[in-house]
Amino acid sequence: MTNSVDMRANLAGAVLASPILTASGCAAAGRELDRFFDITEIGAVVTKSIMSAPRSGRATPRMAETPAGMLNSIGLQGPGIEEFIAKDLAWLRQRGARTVVSIAGGSVNEFAELAARLRHEEGISAIEVNISCPNVENRGQVFACDPMSASSVVHAVRRNTSTLMPIFAKLSPDVTDIADIARSCVAAGADGLSMINTTLGMVINTDTMRPALGGITGGLSGPAIRPMAVRCVWQVRQALPDTPILGMGGIATGLDALQFLLAGANAVSVGTVVFNDPSAPMRIQQELAAALADRGFASVADAINYAHREQE
Amino acid sequence: MSAGSETARTATGPLQVRGEILTVRRAGDYFVIVFAAPGVAERTRPGHFAAVAVGGHPTAMLLRRSFSIHQVDTSGAMGGTVEIVVDAHGPGTKWLVERKPGDSINVIAPLGRPFSLPKEPVACVLVGGGYGSAPLFMLADRLRERGCRVDLVLGAATASKLFGVVDGRRMASSLHVTTDDGSMGTKGRVTAVLDRILDDYDGQVIYGCGPMPMLAAIAGIAQQRGIASQTAVEEAMACGVGVCMTCVLPVIGADGVTRMVRSCTDGPVFFGEDVRWADVGTVPDDCLGAPVVSQQGGK
Repeated sequence: MTNSVDMRANLAGAVLASPILTASGCAAAGRELDRFFDITEIGAVVTKSIMSAPRSGRATPRMAETPAGMLNSIGLQGPGIEEFIAKDLAWLRQRGARTVVSIAGGSVNEFAELAARLRHEEGISAIEVNISCPNVENRGQVFACDPMSASSVVHAVRRNTSTLMPIFAKLSPDVTDIADIARSCVAAGADGLSMINTTLGMVINTDTMRPALGGITGGLSGPAIRPMAVRCVWQVRQALPDTPILGMGGIATGLDALQFLLAGANAVSVGTVVFNDPSAPMRIQQELAAALADRGFASVADAINYAHREQE
Repeated sequence: MSAGSETARTATGPLQVRGEILTVRRAGDYFVIVFAAPGVAERTRPGHFAAVAVGGHPTAMLLRRSFSIHQVDTSGAMGGTVEIVVDAHGPGTKWLVERKPGDSINVIAPLGRPFSLPKEPVACVLVGGGYGSAPLFMLADRLRERGCRVDLVLGAATASKLFGVVDGRRMASSLHVTTDDGSMGTKGRVTAVLDRILDDYDGQVIYGCGPMPMLAAIAGIAQQRGIASQTAVEEAMACGVGVCMTCVLPVIGADGVTRMVRSCTDGPVFFGEDVRWADVGTVPDDCLGAPVVSQQGGK
């Protein structure tokens, strides 16, 4: 039954065998999860956001469990772009996994340099631009929360990337009108949009009576934020009918993934649920195929936007 | 969430399996849970841990709870069995100890880097704090098989928070108990007796598992005496499998550079002299990639 559904997904020209991807920051660079399922069988691995230089991340505690979710404040710990290319990207290429590389920067220039450094690397299906970083040149204001800043980053990445390479800007839900930011990013050259990043939250430890996280605030993720994510995908799809969307936010089952496709996502990333079930991407892929077949869809493409149809 | 594939993708390393609860029994303030877990026992070495999903399906508690593996048995009638020791201090662990025989749990094990065993049959002193002693009994068996003398120190705040006193008497050449309140054994911390035990039995390696301050003290004593120490740390984990970067601590690498490393995949066992104990919970300024100025915001 389920193998009759055409599971191919298209992210602005990047054709993937499946619409299920990992989410940046929830799969490292694929190697650890490959022990639990074959990472070449899902749509793509989206790598943890990489910056120019090695980065230690923040002090612990970095995590607090919340109802149907978690708060994290990792601080973009990573090896820096050179070691990432030499070790992680090389491994993914050798393994035969499709790869979306997520980049993060503290300045427009850092994003530009990262894009330029990746330009001639083989084995990259798309670039995801994590604009939910503080802009060190603008009092730490997050790029994704200002249309002008978001646009500058996307423009810089676009200028330094082959026109054949899809660029996805990853949007924050912590804005007044996500469609505004989406339009700015597309106008600046983004081929597609990823949404949503975590939403800012906070937990107080009632034993220490201090903030639970070393970083004070953190990003909330998991099923708790799923309705917010579905709403963002819906709103951006309404505003931009033709822009590819990679949807994410609390997807834990195949039916959750289906909600995102119906709301307008062309593919989805599976993030926090991996901490609960490291084989979740493969499980969700199988559940989605079954759910599509059950509803009579012949392909993933047929389900995309289906919730926006006129009333019968 | 559903159980993952029970087909092994690798010949070694962790499996994600549906475990079946066999028994849950009290041990002082703790609970010992025995479950059948196909294939896990054969792969487990002392110091490995298990990450258990809690709360049933679907669950509002997304994060797995990690426990060092206390014992394994490859010969049970149920296939291989695994024992963990649980301190039911929160909603997830409370759910776990309320399981009944026959209930299913989703388990990932064995995880982490286990204890290394000495090449020579030297005298080893094993130190456990609270239920941190759980992995030391399997370790003691392996050490004795190699001809190592094993002396055991168990410490806790109070007698009911000791774990393994009866087993310890049986398997160790000598057992020493300390409690902060003096309710059993010597009043004070494990460090109050450790030097004397190392002197008396010519201990060449200290193995420790328990709270960070205890491990820091053990590592300090080992360093002073010029002997080796291996410590299994208890850092809060979210995934247990190496992808979330939550359970990091500052550790000095072979190249002399300090990095924030994952206790789930680079540990939980570290050589005592490699951990920057005084800096745990912080990012030392000389750590690779440490921020030049502290930054707020972002994720």
